[in-house]
Parts: sequence; structure tokens; C-alpha cells
Amino acid sequence: MYLIFSFAMFLLGGAMAMVIRAELFQPGLQIVEPEFFNQMTTMHGLIMVFGAVMPAFVGLANWMIPLMVGAPDMALPRMNNWSFWLLPCAFLILVSTLFMEGGAPNFGWTFYAPLSTTYGPPSTTFFIFAVHIMGVSSIMGAINVIATILNMRAPGMTLMKMPLFVWTWLITAFLLIAVMPVLAGVVTMMLMDINFGTSFFDASGGGDPLLFQHVFWFFGHPEVYIMILPAFGAVSHIIPAFSRKPLFGYASMVYAVGAIALLSFVVWAHHMFTVGIPIAGQLFFMYATMLIAVPTGVKVFNWVATMFRGSLTFEAPMLFAVAFVILFTIGGFSGLMLAIAPADFQYHDTYFVVAHFHYVLVPGAIFGIFASAYFWLPKWTGHMYDETLAKTHFWLSFVGMNLAFFPMHFLGLAGMPRRIPDYALQFADFNMVSSIGAFMFGATQILFLVIVVKCVRGGEKAPAKPWDGAEGLEWTVPSPAPYHTFSTPPEVK
Amino acid sequence: MAENQTYYVPEQSKWPIVATVGLGLMMYGLASIMVFDTTGSWITFWIGSAIMVYMLFGWFGSVIRESREGLYSPQMDRSFRWGMSWFIFSEVMFFAAFFGALFYTRVFALPWLGGEGDRGSSNMLWEGFQATWPLINTPDPQTYPAPEGTIGPWGLPLINTILLVTSSFTVTVAHHALKENHRKKVKTWLTATIALALVFVCVQGYEYVHAYRDLNLTLGSGIYGSTFFMLTGFHGAHVILGTVMLIIMLIRINKGHFTADNHFGFEASAWYWHFVDVVWLGLFVFVYVI
Repeated sequence: MYLIFSFAMFLLGGAMAMVIRAELFQPGLQIVEPEFFNQMTTMHGLIMVFGAVMPAFVGLANWMIPLMVGAPDMALPRMNNWSFWLLPCAFLILVSTLFMEGGAPNFGWTFYAPLSTTYGPPSTTFFIFAVHIMGVSSIMGAINVIATILNMRAPGMTLMKMPLFVWTWLITAFLLIAVMPVLAGVVTMMLMDINFGTSFFDASGGGDPLLFQHVFWFFGHPEVYIMILPAFGAVSHIIPAFSRKPLFGYASMVYAVGAIALLSFVVWAHHMFTVGIPIAGQLFFMYATMLIAVPTGVKVFNWVATMFRGSLTFEAPMLFAVAFVILFTIGGFSGLMLAIAPADFQYHDTYFVVAHFHYVLVPGAIFGIFASAYFWLPKWTGHMYDETLAKTHFWLSFVGMNLAFFPMHFLGLAGMPRRIPDYALQFADFNMVSSIGAFMFGATQILFLVIVVKCVRGGEKAPAKPWDGAEGLEWTVPSPAPYHTFSTPPEVK
Repeated sequence: MAENQTYYVPEQSKWPIVATVGLGLMMYGLASIMVFDTTGSWITFWIGSAIMVYMLFGWFGSVIRESREGLYSPQMDRSFRWGMSWFIFSEVMFFAAFFGALFYTRVFALPWLGGEGDRGSSNMLWEGFQATWPLINTPDPQTYPAPEGTIGPWGLPLINTILLVTSSFTVTVAHHALKENHRKKVKTWLTATIALALVFVCVQGYEYVHAYRDLNLTLGSGIYGSTFFMLTGFHGAHVILGTVMLIIMLIRINKGHFTADNHFGFEASAWYWHFVDVVWLGLFVFVYVI
């Protein structure tokens, strides 16, 4: 359910990205009005973050965590059900703002005050309540994951024997519970500023618009790790399976994830180097941000070391996983460049930033989701997917994605600002390349839908363990896994 | 995790979807009240709220019934405990956002506006603005009329502190009595807790009326009013919620629910009550005293 919903949202958000790229295909204003363009960038961001990536990972968690720890279902199934149903409800409200007077939110997915308070459209209030509902849903989802992991593990499965996907989700859930209420708090302050005359973000009443950015990014930075950590976990299953070797450095992987999560709470102001925070603050946040590269480097090293001298085969999940490691590292490096405060003064709010976070989110989060989907599809459906089509899907996505986002680095360094419907002539060539890549990437995703539908409807029967090197409880049960799989807990040695 | 009991998997339930419809209508109604303010939006809001109330009764009702039929294993009990603790943690983080706003304003934003520190140059926006706390002169008094005074800590707030701290004690006494199976004692102490809670809410209500009518201290009177009412207001809402929980516990005890060693519903409400109390202590120190 989560997965279907998230794919629908992925297509909707993707369609909006297509509108953006179509407008940017050539300089000048062709297709849409600037106001509508702004609504598109905002809604694209919101839908992809909250509608596509997060529910997809929650979906994977719901399906795989009970199987991996040997439980019949999540610990609190009814609450789980509720947190799912809230999502379509929240997005119904969010999307309905597109048809309201004054249009949808148009201030970017970061909804900075005062753009969103003093100058926001009337639909902002609806947007705020939609965020509230999403928050409720995420918190309940996260509580459920934690309760399941801490309480429903099979006898003998100690914490340090848990599969890494479970570990990363445990930490992700902790992050969710810690920061979603802060998001709720900041949108509530917005709500009060808009409708009840408070002055949290208005300096003429003694508040400060910067306060918004501080509180928002205190949520926002852990949020980006919420979107990537489960992908780390999934990739840590896939790479050993296709290298036919156990994962290199299991314990260091767990500690690295923990370190990333903790550090993510003390780096938020690196999004705000140019707003005029005190120099001591800039230094602190610069060094803290760079520290994150250390545990991330540990993880990349471990993945590569796992592949080293393994007997590798490259089925679709492995292709996505290897692309994940390589491209995510590129995204990580551009992140390091942005972390250097004086350099960030140059890069800030240019297309370089757009390139950076699309490199971590598309080949990071999205490829992670595709890899897990192909990896576990045989387990879910009982059929093998069509390998040839899946490989086509991979190569088209890979080429399209790089074509779309790599030129953005150059555009950004050359000075093209983000969130703009028109640009100077010298940026024209790269923008055209980028748009072509984006259309290619977008169109390719239809192929994914075809593959999944084909796999659900039939295909070669999958054995209980379709991949040679895969390990874990989920492969001990038949494919597809029976309803409420483990009604009595299995033993883990 | 040592015992190999079978897992309890509850029946399929209609409540989640009812809850979604209810909450969705309620939120949509609330938003359209604020934006359009039509009768239709009020109707939507009230229908949504009614569905929510119906859902809460129904959902908790079925959980209580299942629990009393002895369907739950110790494992479910542990799941409920984890669930409740993390829920309280998320509430703590919610309040942390508002406390954070308060600290940021007082330590950084206001002194800067007043011309001190790294960004003291922002003083040129409103020249001659003096940063004081409590802020009784806003930078732009036309938009945000300043309050004439603030609520001192040693009057009503002190009384409220005493009330809440006492109520935390009484609820603990009731809990111990429940563990020893003195049901009469439980009823007495729980009733005392609820009475203290209700008095607290009344005092707080009186304080708000006083602030609005006599001191012109409102939500719109600059950052002091904003933080003051948001923090105490959200706390007040939590007190009311906690009181409702305690009242339901009292009703359940009168009906003969709970045993000496199986009373998680009661414990959860008590945890929540202590949480509300601790938040108040934070409020008392940082909002009223300092």
C-alpha cells in the first residue's frame, strides 16, 4: 500500500519536474507563468520528499522488518494502518491547494518566512495542516518501527545480530520521532503568525525571520538522513548478496550510522552560511558538517571492501547498488565543497546546490529504493522479474539521471541561480542537455511500472532464496511470504 | 524475549479509516475557517470533530475490551509501553521547538535588534530601540501594540506550580494504592488529582482573561506575548488532555477495571501527567521567573 502510494506520488512529483525542465529547455518564458513555475518547484520538492521517498521507505520497513526479525506483523498494526491512511488524506489537501484562489504554495519546499508568512498565498494555511497530518503519520509510523524492533525480535536475535536494514531503520525512526515534532512546531508558529497576529518571524514585533530557518533546518537536516539511512541499510544487504561474501565491518557500519544520526543534529546552520550568522557559528557548523564525511567514508569503504575479491554478478539490484555507491559518493563530495563556508558563499542558491542534493537523493534514495524493490520482488510476489527489462530500466535511468543532473554542477559554478524560470543565454546549452536527460529519466520510470506489473501477474516461479549469497530470516520462508508469516517466533542462533 | 509464546495479532479494524476521515475533515475545516470563514467550513470542522470523538471512544473501547478479555500477551504490553514512551518523547521535542524559539529570541535576536553583538547593525531598522525582557516596547508599536505589563511569577503562577506539583504526588500515591489493591484509596487520591488539575485550568483561564483585559498582553503584542501564550497555551491544552485521561481512568476504576499488576492504561496516564508537570516547571522557570 505504502509502496503503491509512493510510486503514484513519485509519478506526480516527476510530472511536475517535467514541467520545470520543459520550461528551462530554452531561455525565455515559453510554457508557464513564473508564478506557476514557483508552485511547481515547491510542490515537486514537497511531494518527492514527503510523498515519494519517505512513504517508500516506510513501505519497505513494513514489509521487510517483520520478516527480518521474525515477527508476524508490526507491533501495533492498527496504528500502522492509520498512519498509512493519513498520507493520502494529507496529500489530497496539499494537492487541492493547486486549485485554490491565489494558487498553491509558491515559496519553495523550505517555506522560508517571511515568504511563506507575510507574502504567502491564502492556501498556506491548508499546506500547514497537510504538514501536520503528515507529521502525525510519520511519528506513528516511527513509533511502530521502534516498538517492533525492540520488542518483536525472534529469540536469540541480539541487537548486534540484527540485519543492517533493521538497524538503519531503528535509527531513522529515532530521528523521525525527534524532528517531526519540531517541524510541527515551526509550522504552528507560521500558522499563528499568519492567522493570529503573533510575531515569531517578524522583527517589528521583536521576532526574527532567521528563527524560522534555525528551527526549520533543525528538522531539515536530520530529515535528509531519514531519507538516506534506510537506503544505506538496503544496500548493505544487496552488495554482500551479489558479492557472495559477508558484509565487511558489520559493527563499524552500525556505529557509522549512529554517528551520522547524532552529528545530523548539530549541523543545521550549514544551510544558512550566507544569512549572516556569527563567525564562530559558521566555523562550528563547517567543521561539524565535515565530520559527517568520516562515518560516511567508513560506509563507502566497507561496501567497496565487501565487493573486493568477491565473486560478483551484476543482476539489476546489484547494478543499482553499485551505481548508488559511486553516485552517492559524488553527491557526498559536492556536499563537502558546499560545507566549506567561504566556498558556500559562492555556491549558495545556485544550480550547484540543486545538482548536489539531486545527486544524493536520486541515485541515493531513489536508486536505493529500486535496488531494494528488485532485490525483494521475488520474495513479495513469488515470481522472478524480467531481468532484461530491469537492466534496461537501470541503464536508461543511469544515463538519464547523469545527463540531467551532471550539467547542473557546471551551471551552478557558472552562476545560474536556482528556482528561476528564465536564465541568461550562456546557460542555454547545458540546460538543454539537462532537460533531455530529465525527460529520459522520467519516461524510463514507466518501464519500472511495466516490470512490476508483469512480475506480480506471473513469471518464472521464485524459490525461497532466489539469490545465492543472500542471508537473513526473510529468505527462510517460501516466496511469496505467507500472510502473517511468523506466528510463532523462529530461533536465531 | 525469552518466552516462546505465540504472537497476538488483532482482528481487522475499521477504526483507522474512520480516524483518517475524521482527522482529515477536522483539519480541512479548521484551515478553511481560518482562510474563508464560511458556515460550510464550520460544519466540516464539527463533523470531523464528532467523528474523531466517536472514533476515540470506539477505538479505545475495543482495546479496553480486548485487554479485559485477556487477549493481550506480555509482549503486547511491552509494545504499548514503548509506544507510549516514544509518544511522550515526541511531545517533549514539540515543546523543545517552542522553548528553542524563546531562547533564540532572548539570547540572540533581541540583543541584535537592540544594537549589541555580531549583528548589532540591525539596530538601524528601528533606531533607538532598546532590547529589554520582558519586551514591553516592541520595535514597531503600530503593528504590534506593546503590553502594559506582564504577569509576575510569584502570584498566580506560583499557586499553579504548587497545584501541579502536588497533583503529581497525589497521582503517584494513587498508583501505589492501585498496586497494593486498595481501590478505595485509589479513588480518593485520583479524585484529588483531578480536582487539582481542574483548579489549575481555572486559574490559568483567569490569568489569561486578566492578561487580555487588564494588561493588554495578547498574542499580538510582540514576541513576549507570542512566546508566552504559545508555551502556556500548548501546555494548558496538554493539561486538559491529561485531565481527560485521568477522568477516564477514574471511570474505569469505578467500573472495576484494572488489577494490581495489570493497569497499563493507568500507568500511561500517570506518565503523561508527570510529563505535563515537568513541562510546567520548565515554563515556570523560563517564562515567568527569569
